[in-house]
Amino acid sequence: MTPLDNLSSLQHYIPDAALASFAVLIVIVDLFARGRSKVVVGVLSIAALAVAGALTLWMPHTGERLFYGMARQDGLAQTFKLVIVGCAAVTLLVSLRTQEVAERLRGEFFALMLFATYGMFLMVSASNLLIAYLGVELASISSYILAGFLANQSRSSEAAFKYVIYGSVASGVMLFGVSLLYGMAGTTDIALMGERLASAHPLALTIAVVFLFAGVGYKIASVPFHMWSPDVYEGSPLPVTAFLSVASKAAGFGLTLRIFRDGLGAEELLASVDWPLFLALLSAVTMTVGNLAAMGQKNVKRLLAYSSIAHGGYLLMGIAALGSSDSSAPTAAILFYLAVYLFMNLGAFFVVMHLAEPSRLGSEEMPAYRGLIRRSPALAIVMSVFLFSLIGLPPFAGFWGKLYLFKSVVDASLVEGGVNGHNFVWLVLLAMANSAISLYYYFAVVKAMLLDRGEEETPVKAHPAFALVLLILFLPTLLLGFFTNVDDFRVDEAPEASASIMAEE
Amino acid sequence: MTPELTYRLCLTLSAVLFAVGVAGVLIRRNAIVIFMCIELMLNAANLAFVTFSRHLGVLNGQAVVFFVMAVAAAEVAVGLAIIVTVFRTRASVNVDELKLLRR
Repeated sequence: MTPLDNLSSLQHYIPDAALASFAVLIVIVDLFARGRSKVVVGVLSIAALAVAGALTLWMPHTGERLFYGMARQDGLAQTFKLVIVGCAAVTLLVSLRTQEVAERLRGEFFALMLFATYGMFLMVSASNLLIAYLGVELASISSYILAGFLANQSRSSEAAFKYVIYGSVASGVMLFGVSLLYGMAGTTDIALMGERLASAHPLALTIAVVFLFAGVGYKIASVPFHMWSPDVYEGSPLPVTAFLSVASKAAGFGLTLRIFRDGLGAEELLASVDWPLFLALLSAVTMTVGNLAAMGQKNVKRLLAYSSIAHGGYLLMGIAALGSSDSSAPTAAILFYLAVYLFMNLGAFFVVMHLAEPSRLGSEEMPAYRGLIRRSPALAIVMSVFLFSLIGLPPFAGFWGKLYLFKSVVDASLVEGGVNGHNFVWLVLLAMANSAISLYYYFAVVKAMLLDRGEEETPVKAHPAFALVLLILFLPTLLLGFFTNVDDFRVDEAPEASASIMAEE
Repeated sequence: MTPELTYRLCLTLSAVLFAVGVAGVLIRRNAIVIFMCIELMLNAANLAFVTFSRHLGVLNGQAVVFFVMAVAAAEVAVGLAIIVTVFRTRASVNVDELKLLRR
């Protein structure tokens, strides 16, 4: 498909453009809104995400190459955008009435959230590494501010500080990797780069790919770029933590998928840089480190932060499987897993957030959760279901997500030639062992809530509006596996690499 | 100096700048100095872009540099603001003293 020029691209870019214009509009409206009229800003932000989500859902995404090949509107981008916009919308709904963010600062909070969402949109639709870099930076810079939004709390500013240092270093290394790839290929277009890199020196290519991975690896919190995530997740305001752990991770995986599937998936390239093995090893280490570190945690928020590292490890397994001859099955499995992860992980974080409010438990520590079943049966049961789903116990959605993901990796390993000559069945066995480890720490929370007897017996009431949001997250966690399956998440094939991609060159 | 020699020298300089930046981030403990080292890393990448662009005879690498400069400015603006908030609560910008969140 020939790339479209700027003017004819716009009609295909309406969802993203709407989101960006709304974000700017909100900054302006916030300037003039005072006191009670701040509510307008919140409503406008929700409307922005609803409009962007609806347009993304209904616009045909047929793989057009927009803005002279800078971005692609294809099924992959569409699904990732829906996950991101869904996460942002639910987070915004919840933060409408959070006490963590001061009333007078909410407008800025919402605007930054929309800018971060737009940055993530750029990441998942990028077909040029320059746009990918700009997307990463737009999402990151907005998230730095969001993480440090409670400026008078030293925990929050410390989280922002660690985030900004790790993030800037990672994106700096990524940019240097992009410059090396540009030197070898003469272009920053992802698909075109894949074609031209076949003749590059294998060692130089490997170094460049490792540098490039530093940038996306930090976004998906893969070992060894994961160190920021427990501290940032613990110190940030809880809506931000939930947003980062799902949307930011999804965007990171979207970009990783594009780079490795569209750019580096060619057979000649796989011969010179064996990235499936590299990613499989990282995946093994990431899930193990995440799960082992989560075991000793007493703070539930921090426990969920480590568990989200482990889930990143499982997903990375699917990215490693992209090196096989059929990349569409692992892609669909990754998308399905992320869709499930959106509901169960957001749900778990929001229950923690709701319970941490002073009028309820006032704490995120495990001992405070003891005997919750006597104080609020509904919250305790809902939280248990989210945790069971995160473990991957049937029949909850998390089980189906894991099943399809593991199956796609096994299928890819068992076909003729395997994944670039490797058999990743060992990785799936390791992931299963890891799921068993995760049973231990998730169950510690469930045990505290359901079986232990706490000192306090006063009932804990959930806010009605919050209960509604929780229900929106709870039902898919319970039922998603029965109403959809991985085949609904099959998106179009990787673009056939062709020399006519960039007409102007 | 022949163009080939200039090309090699510029690339070497870029690699050295990048290495100095990475080493600085790892060794120095003052947040402001760390930020200066991150700037070095970004500018090393910029130099590599310009050098490759001239060597290959295509202009898009030089266009990338403008974007990177704008992004670097935004990143530093936010970074310095965050350093100021940390300094307000703690009266120090030493990264070793940030131990409130457990490792």
